[in-house]
Amino acid sequence: MYPAPAVTALIDAQFVPVRQHVKQQPQAWHRFAIRWTPTVLVLSPEGKEIRRIEGFLPEDEFIGQLELALGHLATTKKDWRTAERWFETASGREHTDAGPEGQYWAGVARYSGSHAHEELAELRRRFEGRYAGTSWAKRASVW
Amino acid sequence: MATTAHEIAWQHDVDAAFDEAKRTNRPLLIDFTAAPN
Repeated sequence: MYPAPAVTALIDAQFVPVRQHVKQQPQAWHRFAIRWTPTVLVLSPEGKEIRRIEGFLPEDEFIGQLELALGHLATTKKDWRTAERWFETASGREHTDAGPEGQYWAGVARYSGSHAHEELAELRRRFEGRYAGTSWAKRASVW
Repeated sequence: MATTAHEIAWQHDVDAAFDEAKRTNRPLLIDFTAAPN
């Protein structure tokens, strides 16, 4: 996944990239409770775990996961607009697991920024179309 | 070291990378691998 230009461009632009080899840096395995390789951790600058990606993913899936991570990082700062933008970007990856998850969290970010309950109802309606039947649609069905 | 557009400038010192992350306000991406170098 790393040789893909879109992956390297996103990592170069948004992250401080670190590589730890489980045999050369075994202490890191314990420090971050790694269970399997490949594992990719996204951590805030303060060290808070934002997302854990275990196992190989194809390019589009992996980029979607990184976009979700950037959205969740923005939520830790209550930067709802930035969070919504990243989640919406992920939601456009229609053939990935990140797509429906991005749609869900984009709606949550809109609600968190506005506290308008109609945002949650709108999110439920959106799931009646794109991504109907996914686990994320089930989560939104309560609204 | 100069890199091409298709290379990631991986760091290998986690604590030094945290310092850079704080300084530049960017998140860390740590890739744990068992692949041969």
